[in-house]
Amino acid sequence: MFSFIQKQDTTHLSIPANPDDETRRSFLGHSGLLLSGAAVALLAGRDALAKGGQSGASDARILNTALGAELEAIAAYQLGAESGLLQKPVLDLALTFQGHHKEHADVLAKTIVKLGGQPVAAKEKYTFPVDTLKSQADVLRFAAMLEKGAVSAYLGAVPVFGNRELAKAAASILGDEAMHWAILRNALGETPVPSAFMS
Amino acid sequence: MKKFRTAILAASAAHALLANASPAAALAHGDPARGKAVYERCLACHAFAYDRTGPRHCGLFGRRAGSVQGFAYSDAMRHSNLVWGARTLDRFLTNPLKTVPGTAMGYAGIADRQERADLIAYLKRVNDSAECHGQ
Repeated sequence: MFSFIQKQDTTHLSIPANPDDETRRSFLGHSGLLLSGAAVALLAGRDALAKGGQSGASDARILNTALGAELEAIAAYQLGAESGLLQKPVLDLALTFQGHHKEHADVLAKTIVKLGGQPVAAKEKYTFPVDTLKSQADVLRFAAMLEKGAVSAYLGAVPVFGNRELAKAAASILGDEAMHWAILRNALGETPVPSAFMS
Repeated sequence: MKKFRTAILAASAAHALLANASPAAALAHGDPARGKAVYERCLACHAFAYDRTGPRHCGLFGRRAGSVQGFAYSDAMRHSNLVWGARTLDRFLTNPLKTVPGTAMGYAGIADRQERADLIAYLKRVNDSAECHGQ
């Protein structure tokens, strides 16, 4: 059994200092602007969200499952960042991707509240296969596996939203996570985009 | 004569059952090697050995749905009365939200019958392997 309990302590979620912080903040700011189209649609208080009814409850459940996975991804990247196995510029990349997941989680949680739901909180403990993470490549492979799974999960969620705005927002997140997957594969020296379709 | 009539009735009943069994009801033969690739779709939420956003998959076969100790299931799953096996998994994976309305697994499902069979074969293979022993 390779389980390891990683305590997610919010006091230790700070990003390690590095000279590229300003560049990363700037990058995150721009990426935040790109995401904001979908995010604003979710958070603008559209009537469709408010009068979701039964479909709204179902949509909130789907979003909560997505939120749970996003929170785990944030913890997983934190584990990678603190592992000492990631070297620059890969470390910066991981922190950038973690920042995206934080943005996803924030938007999802706010949308769930708008739908009348209760967003799940981050778990106190996450289990990760730390025994198998011995090198930078191991960490990248682990992250790539999570990102690919996330793409499939969002792909499976898009058709089942009652509210099409939510489907669009989920597709927006899907696109971001597919880019993460491709870049992680590229960093591993693998073909970044191995096929024309995702499933 | 009575025995003969019983045998005829039994044969008729068996025939009726076979006649009512649509081709779709038969499970395809699954290839665990291909199923491993299908399982990658599950990896945002599931693992074999431990609970994540979704419950662990070790111990899946023969387990009552919603029964992993300590995992926070939806009410719908806890009350689904499903026991996981090849047939129930096939039905659930075809359309989770239709099979268990209210499930937290907000996923459209796997429409391809062969892909479902491959995935179930992989789940079974890992469940029978050392990876799941002792779970």
